[in-house]
Amino acid sequence: MDSVATPATAQSWFRQKILLGETLPEYVKERMTAPIIASLLVIAAGLTLIVYRFYAGLGAATNLSQNQPWGIWIGFDMMTGICLAAGGFTIGAAVEIFGLEEYHAIERPAILTGFLGYILAIIGLIVDLGKPWNMVQVTMRNGTQSVLFEVAWCVMCYTSVLALEFAVPFFEWLGWKKVYSLLKKTLLGLTVLSVMFSTMHQSALGSLFIIAPGRLHPLWYSESIFIFFFVSALIAGISMVIVESSISHAIFSKQFVGQHVDADELTLGLGKAGAVVMFAYFFLKLQGVVDNHAVEFIGKGFYGKWWLVEMLGFVLFPTLLYAWGARNRRVKAVRWAAAIAVLGIVFNRLNISVIAFNYNQEIRYVPSWMEVLVSVSLVLIGILAFRWIVHRMPVLHPLEGEK
Amino acid sequence: MKLSRRSFLQLAGAGGTAALVTLPTKSASVEGVEPSPGDAERSVLVDTTVCIGCRACEAACAEVNGLPDPSLDEVVYPLMRQTGPESFTVVNRVIRKNGKPRYVKRQCMHCIEPACASACPVRALDKEPFGPVNYHADRCMGCRYCMVACPFRVPKYEYAKAIPRVRKCTFCAERQKEGKKPGCVGVCPSGALNFGRRGELLLEARRRVFGNPDRYVQHIYGENEAGGTNWMYITDVPFEKLGFEVAVNDTYYPKLVKGALGVPPVVMTLWPPLLMGIYAITHRKENGNGNSGPGEGGHHG
Repeated sequence: MDSVATPATAQSWFRQKILLGETLPEYVKERMTAPIIASLLVIAAGLTLIVYRFYAGLGAATNLSQNQPWGIWIGFDMMTGICLAAGGFTIGAAVEIFGLEEYHAIERPAILTGFLGYILAIIGLIVDLGKPWNMVQVTMRNGTQSVLFEVAWCVMCYTSVLALEFAVPFFEWLGWKKVYSLLKKTLLGLTVLSVMFSTMHQSALGSLFIIAPGRLHPLWYSESIFIFFFVSALIAGISMVIVESSISHAIFSKQFVGQHVDADELTLGLGKAGAVVMFAYFFLKLQGVVDNHAVEFIGKGFYGKWWLVEMLGFVLFPTLLYAWGARNRRVKAVRWAAAIAVLGIVFNRLNISVIAFNYNQEIRYVPSWMEVLVSVSLVLIGILAFRWIVHRMPVLHPLEGEK
Repeated sequence: MKLSRRSFLQLAGAGGTAALVTLPTKSASVEGVEPSPGDAERSVLVDTTVCIGCRACEAACAEVNGLPDPSLDEVVYPLMRQTGPESFTVVNRVIRKNGKPRYVKRQCMHCIEPACASACPVRALDKEPFGPVNYHADRCMGCRYCMVACPFRVPKYEYAKAIPRVRKCTFCAERQKEGKKPGCVGVCPSGALNFGRRGELLLEARRRVFGNPDRYVQHIYGENEAGGTNWMYITDVPFEKLGFEVAVNDTYYPKLVKGALGVPPVVMTLWPPLLMGIYAITHRKENGNGNSGPGEGGHHG
């Protein structure tokens, strides 16, 4: 194959690769649709707030308190962001290790989502940390008794692995053939590492709460919470891939031209896997409640009912919908199940880190508008970055000229 | 062996002074009795029944730690204050059934096995071998996991500052290293704060509590809470009423995550061979006929 980009001037490379062959005014004029402008405005506001937060302190920007040290920047951006990034290792393992080649077409988008998810979670974390520059201390002190120490190392290691995995399409796009083919050979090894680090990281995010038995409601607290977090990360991974590929197909459908991917078949297969894992998760969670002697709390008071909403509405219901859809070949049902399952995992992470946390305290934490806006703008950055990348790099489609 | 309170205090004082000269390595154990962990650590036994509520400890704490002077006005009393980033210790008041006040000084409990220090990924909170849970602001990255972990909700954060620190009582660790007593202990005029080795103070606490069952609540707060703390309390008012967390587990908090922290070694040892084994099995056919799939996955060395 001889499709090396023509060695030309820097400007034409820029035009070809970045502006997709258009001139800058053309490019800007064409892309500046209302939703994009709105997103950019929100992002600008969010970035301004981040600057403000570092200037004025956490107290000025957030509703955090002495009793509520963690808010939605940890509960949503970190906990949920990492969980929704689980598609990267789930699909990576399915393709590279389990040899399920039919899922190959969604491997790169899943890895890209994982990579962006981690980057955004790290940005959220930096914004939340009081003295983020002291993060390097993690590499200098042996905080080996700390779950957060494990989390920190997993974040560092897995983000590096994701960067390397993403480097495969990136260098393919740049046309650096040697680097690309070298990296491609490491993909199997990287996938093994990604499964390893993800197993540890996803579970450790749950383990963070084991040391706070007096703060987390007994229906959610469990010394086995790390198992729940890992299994639900698998659910999130599978479901996110379905959701994402449905959206991607709708939005980026023209990029799939010539791919011959039977998206419906993939979705049904993923739905079957989702049903099995979610069913296991449902009973694991019940087991956790029994194990924690918390059965009496089910249905009792606000938290007892809230727990039922999560377990019945966002775990059992999508499980059954997954199973029904996969069995009766209803792709739409599987997609809905996936969307509900994703919401359910978000719900679960928020419950554990924010809503059912400090359940016994009188003063409740409600995020400030600034916290919400920063979180929203981080999500928007992720979406725009995803769009920008898939319009250029061989993520959803092979590069033009390569078969 | 029977001690009057006064002679006990003298003894405790002497013990404390002796301890200041040589940092404890072995606990002074009674013959035939196994010393329990923390016995040799520096401790304070707070007997709330003798506290007169003068709040000299608050003032001394502020002075020693360079904190703003506490208002010594009585108006603070109805508030049941918590410690804060600018007040490492507070004295609260409750009114007993007989209408008389009871005072209780609150500060970090200095656990034998502190949850906060075990939770800290950079060891900014670290346990000194002789007892105090100390803080090193230069290492702290401000994750506030210590605040999540502490069962007593002690660590406080400087939310108002652009470069914030975690703030809490350090049991005057640096002063103790210099051979001085903690600021609060040094000024207590009533004998409410008894400073010494934990093992000895615990014996004294038991003697007082169980020797005077109609005077004291039959519980020593801090004996077993969170596995045991270096600040221990005895009182004649229900601990709940004094504002103590009563739902604290009687286990060492760092132990809670032992199982979870067992995951990484297992995963790091077992996952790679397991996954490579699966890979070998799922790709055996391709190796056999040399016909690897069209995708990216089928690359073999």
